[in-house]
Amino acid sequence: MSSAPVRLAYDDVVVCAPITVPYRRYSTNSAHWWIGRALHELTLAANIRPRDIDGLVVSSFTTGPDTAVGMTQHLGLSPRWLDHVPMGGASGVIGLRRAARAVQCGDVQFVACVAGDTNHVDSFRKTLASFSRFAQDAVYPYGSGGANASFALITKNYMNMYGATREDFGKLCVAQRDNALAIPFAMMKKKLTLDEYMNARPISDPLHLFDCVMPCAGAEAFLVCRADVAKSLGLPAVRLLSTIERHNAFPDDPIQYRGGWALDVDELWQMAGVKPGDVDLVQTYDDYPVIVTMQFEDLGFCGKGEGPDFVRSHSFTTDGSFPHNTSGGQLSAGQAGAAGGYLGLTEAMRQLTGKVIGKQVADAELALVSGFGMINYDRGLSSGAAVLARAS
Amino acid sequence: MTEPLVRPKRKNPLKKTRQPLYPQSIRSRTAQGLTAAAALGRFELQTCSDCSTVFYPPRDACPKCLSPRVPFAPVDNRGTLIAETTIRTSTDPYFRERTPWRAGLTKLDCGPVVLSHLHGDVREGDRVRLDLKLDKGGAPVMIALPEKDTPNMADDPQLREMTSDPKFRRVLITDGRSAVGQAMAEAFSKAGANIVFVGVADPWKPFPGQDALRRIERVEIVPLDLTDTESATEQAEQNGGRIDIVVNTAEHVRSGGIMQRRGVNVAREEMDIRYFGLMRLAQAFGPGMRARGADGVNSAAAFVNLLSVHALMNWPEYGAYSAAEAACLSAAQCLRAELRPGGVKVLNVFFGPLETEWFQTVPPPKVAPAALAKAVVNALQRGLEDVFVGDIAEDIRARLAVNPKALERELAG
Repeated sequence: MSSAPVRLAYDDVVVCAPITVPYRRYSTNSAHWWIGRALHELTLAANIRPRDIDGLVVSSFTTGPDTAVGMTQHLGLSPRWLDHVPMGGASGVIGLRRAARAVQCGDVQFVACVAGDTNHVDSFRKTLASFSRFAQDAVYPYGSGGANASFALITKNYMNMYGATREDFGKLCVAQRDNALAIPFAMMKKKLTLDEYMNARPISDPLHLFDCVMPCAGAEAFLVCRADVAKSLGLPAVRLLSTIERHNAFPDDPIQYRGGWALDVDELWQMAGVKPGDVDLVQTYDDYPVIVTMQFEDLGFCGKGEGPDFVRSHSFTTDGSFPHNTSGGQLSAGQAGAAGGYLGLTEAMRQLTGKVIGKQVADAELALVSGFGMINYDRGLSSGAAVLARAS
Repeated sequence: MTEPLVRPKRKNPLKKTRQPLYPQSIRSRTAQGLTAAAALGRFELQTCSDCSTVFYPPRDACPKCLSPRVPFAPVDNRGTLIAETTIRTSTDPYFRERTPWRAGLTKLDCGPVVLSHLHGDVREGDRVRLDLKLDKGGAPVMIALPEKDTPNMADDPQLREMTSDPKFRRVLITDGRSAVGQAMAEAFSKAGANIVFVGVADPWKPFPGQDALRRIERVEIVPLDLTDTESATEQAEQNGGRIDIVVNTAEHVRSGGIMQRRGVNVAREEMDIRYFGLMRLAQAFGPGMRARGADGVNSAAAFVNLLSVHALMNWPEYGAYSAAEAACLSAAQCLRAELRPGGVKVLNVFFGPLETEWFQTVPPPKVAPAALAKAVVNALQRGLEDVFVGDIAEDIRARLAVNPKALERELAG
C-alpha cells in the first residue's frame, strides 16, 4: 500500500456559540428535554432560527428508543445532514470533525453539535447493565462495579508499570477542584484537599471516591460554520487546526496502558503545524485520573511512563503551570453522560474567545482538547483529539 | 489460605430469611456456548477454525481474520492474574450485599484476557487456573483458582456461591431401599453433609442393607413414599424447611418395549414412581427450597435427578422405561426454570445400565451404585448442571452429538 495521503486543512471552518445547560444530579426530565434546551439556547446565542440548523450531530446514551432521526421530528428540525455519534467521551471531538468536513465541503451551512443525557434515579444502573454486549456477557456479572471496577484494574496496572502513586492522581483531582470553584454549574462546590482525597472511602481498589465522576444530567452544544458566517452573526469563534480519531487501538495490549492517541499523535501535531509545548491550555477527558495521565503521555506532552513525573512538575490550575481542565473537568463538574465528551470543547472555546465562565487562562491562543470513551469490555475503545486556535 | 467453614448453628426461626438474588443473567446467544461448557464442567473458549486464534468475550467473527467459523473448543485454562481489584460499591443488589467482592484480569497462556471472579487464595501476579462455573442465576462465569489446590479451597465464599457443595448442607435421599439410595447416603455422609435424611416407604418392612444404612453417620431414616402425595407433603412439612439438597433415587426399571407389553399397568406404575413421583417431590419441597436459596452457609442448593441416559435416546430393549425417563428429563428442564430464581441448581445425572438386579441380563460395562453416588457428590461440589456417569453414558452422549439418527438405528439392534 502507498503512504497515506496528506490530510487537507480545515481552512476557514470555525466553531462558535458554546452552550452548557447547567447540570443537575438527578433530573425528572428526558434526554429530549435536555437536548432541546441546549439547541434552544444555541439558537438564541447564535441569533439563528431553528430552521437555519441544516446539519445536526446528536450524542446521547438516554434518548432510547429514539435515535437522532427521531430527535429531528421531536424537535421540529429538518436538517439535510444528520449524524448520530454515540461515542461517549469521544463524541465531542468526533462530532466536531464530522461537522467540520460537512461545512467545509458546502454540504451544510450550520451544524449544531449537541450532547445531552438525563439521569434518573435508577438510570445509571440500567445503563451499566446493558452498556454493551461484551459488558452484558463478560463484565457486569463480575461484581457489577461498572466503569469504576474496569478503571480500577487499569489504574492498578499503570501504578505497577510506571510507579504512579495515589498522591499523583490526587494532585490532578485537587487541581481540577480548584478550577471548578469558579464555575457555577459544577456539581462539586467545595474545596478538596489532598488529605480528603487520600482518606476518601474506597470504591474499587485502588480507586477511592474522588477518583470517580458523579453521574448527572446535563447538556452541551456548539455550532460549526464558516468563519465569514460566524462573523456576520457577530459570533466569537475559534479555528480548527487538526483532529484525530481512533477506535480499538492496540488490541493486543493485555491491559490498557495507552490509548489510540499514541497511534495518531504525530499526525495531530503535524497537521496543526504546532508542537505540544505551544499550547496554552489542555482539556483532557478525565473519567478517571489515570486516563488523564495517559493522555499527557500519548499526546506528546511527556514520554511514555513519564506521566507521574510530569504530574509532579506542574500545578494544572487555570492560573498555574500547564492549565488543565479549567472548568473542573468531569471529576468536579459532573459527568452528564455523552455531554462529558463536550465539556472540554465548550470550555476551550470560551478560553480562546475570552468569554470565560470561571477564570481566564492568560493569553490563551492555542488549546488541545481530547476525548476518550466507550469501555466496551476491558478498556476504552474510542479516542480523539483536536487542536483549536483563537481566530486572529 | 481459605478459612474453613464453620458448621452453622441452628437458625433462629424468628429471623428473616434472606431472599435469594442473583447476578444479571442476560447473555448473548453466542455466549450461551459458555453455558453449555460450564454445565458440563468444561473449559471452552471460541477458537477460529481458520486461523486458530482463541478469543474472548464471545464474538460472531474471528477478531484476527474475520472468519465466521468460530466454534467453542476446549483450551488450556492456565494464565497469569495481571491486575486485581476489590469492588466495594456495586450497583447490583446481589453483589451489593456481598461486597467486598474481588475481580481481576487474567492473561491466558492461549491468548485472551479474561475478567473473572477471584478465589480468595489468588493474588495479583500469581499463576492461576480459570474455571467456568454457573453462578447463582445459572449464567456462565469465570473464576480464577489457585494454580494448585489449596487447603479448604472449596470453602471460599466466592467459589461456594457457584457450587452446590454438600458440606454442612442437609440432604434428602428419597428412597433408601435401593442399592443406589444406600450408596448415596454413604457418599453424602462422607462429603460432610450435616444431616442425611433417607426416605423409606413403609419403614416397618425390613429391607436388605438397612442395618448398614442406619449405622452411617448423620443418617436419619424418615418415612417417605413418592407414590403417595400425602406422604410427600407430610415429609416436607416435617423437614422441608431444612433440606438443602434433594436427591431423587426412586427407581423403576423393567425391560420391555411398547408393543410387546400387555396393557399399560406396568407403564402406569413406571410413570407413577418416576414421573408423578418427581412431580410430587418437586411440589412438596421445591417452593421451600426456592425461598431458601440465599439462606447462609447451608442455603438450599440443588435438586438432583438420576436419569437413565436413555432419556436422551430410546433403548427399545427397555423402551417403556426409556420413555418414562424421557418424561422425567423434560420435567427436570421445567423444574430448572422454576428453581433458577432461587439460585437452586437442578443437576441431571445421566447413567448407563447399573450394576443392580434390574439390569442383570445386560452385559458390562455397568455403573456400580457407589460410583454413581461418588459422581453425584463430585458434580455438586463442582456446581455442574449435567453429568454423564459411566462408559455407556459417555458413549451415548458422544454419539448423540455426532449423529442422533445413527444412534437411534444402532440402539434398535
